[in-house]
Amino acid sequence: MSTTPPDLETEEPLIQGPYAGVKFGRGDKAFSTVALASGVTILVTLAAVFVFLFIKGLPGFTADPEIFKPSSDSFWGYVGRLLFGTTFAAIIALLIAVPFSFALALFISHYAPRRIATPVAYVIDLLAAVPSVVFGLWGARTLAVSSQPVQRWFDHNLGWLPFFKGPASATGRTILIAGVVLAIMCIPIITAICREVFSQTPRLNEEAALALGATRWEMVRYAVFPHSRSGMVAAVMLGLGRALGETMAVSMVMSSTPIITLNMISSTNSATIASNIAANYKAEDNRIQTVLLATGLVLFLFTFLVNFVARYVAGRGERGQR
Amino acid sequence: MITTSIRRAVVPGVAALTLALSLAACGGSDNGDSASGSGAAKGLSGTVAAGGSSAQEKAQEAWRAGFGADNPDVTITYDPVGSGTGRDNFYSGAYKFAGSDSAISAEDMAKAKSACGGSDPIEVPVFISPIDIAFNLQGVDSLKLDATTVAKIFSGTIKKWNDPAIAQQNPDVQLPATAISPVHRSDSSGTTDNFTDWLHQAGGGAWKTEHSSDWPVQVGEAAEGTSGVVGAIQDGQGTIGYADDSAVASTKLGKVSVKVGTDYVAPSADGAAAGLAASKVADGAAASQLVYSINRTATDPSVYPVFLASYFIACPTYDDKATADVVKGFGQYIVSSAGQKAASANALSAPLPSDVADKAKAILDKIAAK
Repeated sequence: MSTTPPDLETEEPLIQGPYAGVKFGRGDKAFSTVALASGVTILVTLAAVFVFLFIKGLPGFTADPEIFKPSSDSFWGYVGRLLFGTTFAAIIALLIAVPFSFALALFISHYAPRRIATPVAYVIDLLAAVPSVVFGLWGARTLAVSSQPVQRWFDHNLGWLPFFKGPASATGRTILIAGVVLAIMCIPIITAICREVFSQTPRLNEEAALALGATRWEMVRYAVFPHSRSGMVAAVMLGLGRALGETMAVSMVMSSTPIITLNMISSTNSATIASNIAANYKAEDNRIQTVLLATGLVLFLFTFLVNFVARYVAGRGERGQR
Repeated sequence: MITTSIRRAVVPGVAALTLALSLAACGGSDNGDSASGSGAAKGLSGTVAAGGSSAQEKAQEAWRAGFGADNPDVTITYDPVGSGTGRDNFYSGAYKFAGSDSAISAEDMAKAKSACGGSDPIEVPVFISPIDIAFNLQGVDSLKLDATTVAKIFSGTIKKWNDPAIAQQNPDVQLPATAISPVHRSDSSGTTDNFTDWLHQAGGGAWKTEHSSDWPVQVGEAAEGTSGVVGAIQDGQGTIGYADDSAVASTKLGKVSVKVGTDYVAPSADGAAAGLAASKVADGAAASQLVYSINRTATDPSVYPVFLASYFIACPTYDDKATADVVKGFGQYIVSSAGQKAASANALSAPLPSDVADKAKAILDKIAAK
């Protein structure tokens, strides 16, 4: 973004092409000011959040390990466990949500007849409006309870896998169910964006693919997906953001302990950073608050890092294709 | 396509904003009209901000309602931010009084004194709540267990309900071979603090750590808040957990009678009150501090030793008379029999034993303006 707004009164046309020579009115100036102000506000807010976390959280990095014992003996051990839980829950969520959302978005944009696609899209959008507390309550009191037999089945039949080592939780409130709930929360976001992106595919590309004898799936693979790649990555990133940062639903659904375990169906699951902050912020010993802020800073930086890496990877793929 | 999707995004957004604004407006008007009235003939007036223990939240609601009926021009806010933050806000002067599940620690006493202009802060017990050990086991309504067995269950050494240690104490109960799933609080809590204190004091070495408001052992199932724990116990088979009596009373969960001396005592408000009466005032407490070191190993069968005692923390003097009068009047109301009755109706707490209430009132009577 350029920091100095273009001088709108100049005689020289700023815009080439069909709009060249069009005079700028007062509305243009107002709009460009508002747009610039909005952009700057977002950056300032982000910077302010970072500065707040940094100043308040910094003492947490060197806090007395006594505060978070017996979970761990050092801050990095403590935050490492939490970061593991956060990532693990998010991975479970995305493994479920991403294929599901892509398929759903494709169904809406390319497969379903219009009179089905519109209501389906509408219902998915509604799903995004459900508050996370409601998902949390439903997950903890309904989904977890009804999933108990399924989790026991995993324990009995797939117990040789580290993920299903068991013993299966008596209440069903496990990281697996938390992942499922997170997935349901991510799906509307990923679906809504992918749907828009898929429907932006140039009609000519699609028709050309079909004319060359491609099946509908081949058309999607060779015309729609390559065109939508960066939008799909952005959609997954937004979904991941929700999965990494979700607090309420996770802390209500999952029985969490700050440990590292791949076991997805036992009653001791790795806690996530966000739910751990929510659970312990009101602690009796409020020295924990600086430690929690420090873990918040770690989550903030981690989310940034994941975003950058994903965008880099996606951008490289796109550049490579051209 | 694009315009419709923008409309889709904007409409709920605007709706949410309107809702938020209207809620904020409601909140504002609640606090707004506080100090306006001149006050009835004998009614007090003023606005006092307070907060702290979330265990006291329901009782504080009852107290504010009862006190407000006599003093309609008084506004007292109680923010259940947790005991630790409540005490910190009291030290900083943001809260005029605080509710706390534990007494002011020796390290913090200097801060508390400076908040009260150099004099010893007031600490009196105002809220006693029995803690139930509740379980969900098909066909079993009540169990008798001693602290050692409970400690072993919660630390994961006893894994099955038909373990000999349990069967021995319950010869009349048909115990299934179901696995035990102990449930604890995932958040920091005064309930956990008092429960682990009982396990430590009465468990005969079976509980390794001292009392702590964060669950100290890494076995078992964690659930957030009292309602989370009760929900988790209800949703599983073979689960056992601890929660305030008020939260368990409305459920069909079984309750553990704990061993006291040679008898087994079921949780009750009277038993908890007797437990506080059987405890000693802590060493080194100033005259304005009615702080108990709770005796969890009493042998008198009228005592139910698993309970939580929560404190009212205030200053003996306040700069301005209106604040001093409101804090004093409110404190006196809380420890009065009417206040204790209101709390036990609303929060199922145990009324303070009369001698404790008398001592507390004598301390609160001394609150004055500078």
